[in-house]
Amino acid sequence: MSSRVRIKDQWTEQRIFSQRTVGAMLVIGLLVLALLARLSYLQVLRHDYYVELSQGNRVRLDPIPASRGLILDRSGKVLADNEPTYQLELIREQVPDLNNTLKRLAALGLIDPEELEDTRRVIFSRRSFDSVPVRLRLTDDEIGRFAVHRFEFPGVDLATRQTRHYPYGALGVHALGYVSAISEQDLERIDRATYAGTTLIGKLGVESAFEPQLHGHNGFRQILVNAQGRSVQRQGAYAPVLHSQPPTAGEDLVLSIDLPTQQAAEDGLGDHRGAVVAIDPSNGDVLALASEPGFDPVEFARGISRSEYAALSDNIDKPLLNRALRGTYPSGSTIKPVIALAALTYHLVDPNKPEFCAGVFHLPGSSLLFREGKTGRHGWLDLTHAIAKSCDVYFYGLAATVGAERIAAFMSPFGYGELTGIDISGEKPGLLPSPEWKKKAFKRPQDQVWFPGETVNFGVGQGYLLVTPLQLAHVASVLAERGKSFRPRLVTGIRDTAGMLHSVAPIANAPIEGVSGADWDIALNGMVGAASYGTAAAISKGASYVIAGKTGTAQVFTVSRSERLTQKVAERLKDHAWFIAYAPAEAPRIAVAVLVENGGFGASAAAPIARKVMDAYLLRQSTPNAAETAVPESQAAD
Amino acid sequence: MEDSGYSRTRRTLFSSARLLSVLNLDGPLLVGLSLLALYGLAILYSASGQSIDTIVRTVIRLALGTAAMLALTHASPNLLRRLAPWLYLLGVVLLVVVELTGVIGKGAQRWLNLGLFKFQPSEIMKLAVPMLAAWYLHDRPLPPDWGSLGVLAVIIFLPAGLVAIQPDLGTAALISASGALLVLMAGLSLRVVSALLVGMAGAAVLGWNFLHDYQRARVLTFLNPQTDPLGAGYHIIQSQIALGSGGVFGKGWMNGSQAQLEFLPERSTDFIFAVVGEEFGLIGLIGLLALYLFIVARSVWLATQTNDTFSRLLSLCLALTFFVYVFINAGMVSGLLPVVGVPLPLVSYGGTSVVTLLAGFGILMGLYSHRKLVGS
Repeated sequence: MSSRVRIKDQWTEQRIFSQRTVGAMLVIGLLVLALLARLSYLQVLRHDYYVELSQGNRVRLDPIPASRGLILDRSGKVLADNEPTYQLELIREQVPDLNNTLKRLAALGLIDPEELEDTRRVIFSRRSFDSVPVRLRLTDDEIGRFAVHRFEFPGVDLATRQTRHYPYGALGVHALGYVSAISEQDLERIDRATYAGTTLIGKLGVESAFEPQLHGHNGFRQILVNAQGRSVQRQGAYAPVLHSQPPTAGEDLVLSIDLPTQQAAEDGLGDHRGAVVAIDPSNGDVLALASEPGFDPVEFARGISRSEYAALSDNIDKPLLNRALRGTYPSGSTIKPVIALAALTYHLVDPNKPEFCAGVFHLPGSSLLFREGKTGRHGWLDLTHAIAKSCDVYFYGLAATVGAERIAAFMSPFGYGELTGIDISGEKPGLLPSPEWKKKAFKRPQDQVWFPGETVNFGVGQGYLLVTPLQLAHVASVLAERGKSFRPRLVTGIRDTAGMLHSVAPIANAPIEGVSGADWDIALNGMVGAASYGTAAAISKGASYVIAGKTGTAQVFTVSRSERLTQKVAERLKDHAWFIAYAPAEAPRIAVAVLVENGGFGASAAAPIARKVMDAYLLRQSTPNAAETAVPESQAAD
Repeated sequence: MEDSGYSRTRRTLFSSARLLSVLNLDGPLLVGLSLLALYGLAILYSASGQSIDTIVRTVIRLALGTAAMLALTHASPNLLRRLAPWLYLLGVVLLVVVELTGVIGKGAQRWLNLGLFKFQPSEIMKLAVPMLAAWYLHDRPLPPDWGSLGVLAVIIFLPAGLVAIQPDLGTAALISASGALLVLMAGLSLRVVSALLVGMAGAAVLGWNFLHDYQRARVLTFLNPQTDPLGAGYHIIQSQIALGSGGVFGKGWMNGSQAQLEFLPERSTDFIFAVVGEEFGLIGLIGLLALYLFIVARSVWLATQTNDTFSRLLSLCLALTFFVYVFINAGMVSGLLPVVGVPLPLVSYGGTSVVTLLAGFGILMGLYSHRKLVGS
């Protein structure tokens, strides 16, 4: 009870009170200082940092996609351009009654009634102020139908989007390639920042190989957004200054493709599976590059459905396979002029000495018999006639004389077994066999042995040798130019955004050395003979120019079990037909290789197509190169 | 003309002073509060997105608060002392009622719906707790002995506890703080204070287990806001961006992107301090703090002029509690303190705190004008 004893002491109380008041004011002062220190730190020292953060908060970059460069043929005809497509977009918060709106759109036939629920879900998965596409690729008729009823659909509107357009449809699709939605794999190799806003990317062909030039540079527009990400016009009292940068369109490509020649190649192949490659031997320009069947590139550009893709990829005729670059076949007798050159160059044959063809060849030291092909027995022939008549027996002997190693060494500079280096990707090298190759390629010692019979088969282009149509077109151009050649190319010029055309200089290959002019004459005379009195004599009927050519027939070695069970067995067991040619023989302007899968005999199946292609290119009154003459030209740096 | 103008000014000033003294108002404090209210309205107009409705509602609350202030200036210390236990009792009863039948608002039961407007009983306790504590200490010798401290602890923590379980930790902390300040001013030995601080640290560790998840989240994100930038840390990050990007001079009235584009959450209520910092910069904040300091200093001066224990303790406590409100809010917005949901006094929008605060200043001015003039 001591507290009861204590009495209130005014003076003590006053003293305590004063002390505590002073103490409290001191503490207040300290706390205010702490606060000021903190505020100074945030507002003075870290000001710049926070300004940046607040900028990042409120300003978003809205990309403006660059329009993709055009692709033109050698005369300036547009092979690929851009086209707006119309789509229906809906902004949820502006639609008074969403369910009713969707039902009425379905009633107009603008959206699929069965996808109503999906569409609703997509709309609700986005923010209420986002413009959501509810229907892509409207037809003209549908655009008209919507336009009439537009006033009944507040919050629904037409929007345009650029898509790729190929005026000639599937023509040249294996050279041009196509564009398609950017895939996961694409994202790994491109710079995502530069592709923000881009929806399509080149796949295959020129579209893919020249993607950086065609793509251009996307622009951007700064937009002011609030915390919900909604674009707003102003903040508080003032509208801030927002920057934008216009996009730079992609560069246009001028191709070496000659549209009429390409058309002739594809028409010539018709419904056959096969490939045609035509090259200008004087510079490597690819005048036509066809592979049939093809496909419609627009399907990819507008967004291919799963079933559409399956229909293409599962098709037994493999329309997605670029046979010109990736189809590998035995060369057949098209090899004979090169074998002849090898024998001449190694001085292992007397070209004028006739040999007798009895329709069968006995390999010395062996019991094996090598039979003549379809042409029966030829009797006595010299080298030129052996090429023209495509005498297998003559070349069995020649190959056996020269030997596999020397044949392979001689053929290699012609481009056999190697990539031609064409400026689009996907090319296959084929296979140039040799005893050395066989040692490396096989594991079991008994398989590594190169048999003399294999050399004999080599002489007529059968066996392990594999070539692509592009390679044989290149070989034809090497023959046409007597050893000189250029790297095949599709793109001859790039037109920049200012309209300046920068031509791409042709790249010359190392010429073939050591073959005398007389030897070239003998081999090439054989080819002229083939196209005039030989196996392909029919091709020259009515031709106003002299053709040098060589037929070939590639045996179909393997027939898969599944194919054996189909009805097409007989057709797919037939040999592949080859024809290589160049013309005019005295001053070649075009070299062609034609392959017709299961076409049978080269002379009947492949040679007429080559004639059509050469006619299309050579018989035109003039071959104007509009793209090159219309615009100023400047040489590219490389 | 000069002379007559001068004398007219004199007459006006003189009559104003007479009016103030009749109304028991303190001129400087009134000016300080008025400037603060005007500054607050200007900021609120910007922070609310130029909402006239918000301004009208705030003006109505200010008017209500002014009425309460004018009424309370006439209450003598004796009347207030007699009222103290009854106000306290009323507050506790209302808190219990809220707990039982409270309207659910923002996931916490804080409101009592009186039909016309919602009323927070915890606001009463902000005044009732220091009044009752001062009432209790008025007749007792200072510094208080251990027995008195026990009674004071009950007076403070009973309502604080009731508010805390609503749960409204911010208000509970403010009620406790006002009571604790009063006891501190009454001369509680500093040794006891240090012992209590240590005890509180221990209690904080224990109390952690009783906190709601969202309360723990607030503490954790205060310690490291970047761990949850889109969740609980969002408030802190965005308010610091607002302050920092404002710089020294600010982005200008109604031109703060953080506030105007709604990146700053609760921009017109708990985080309005950040809007001041963004739009008026460090200069604007220093001006605001200077106003607050002036009000606090003037209130403390008024408190020192009273001469009975009840008046001194109560008015000093009200003055210091006002500062605590300011500091907790500013500290929270600038990242010095955790986010506890304390409004910036007389500037933040909403709630009944405007009325309570102005009522408190009415009490303060009344106590000053009813002081016994010793020695005169």
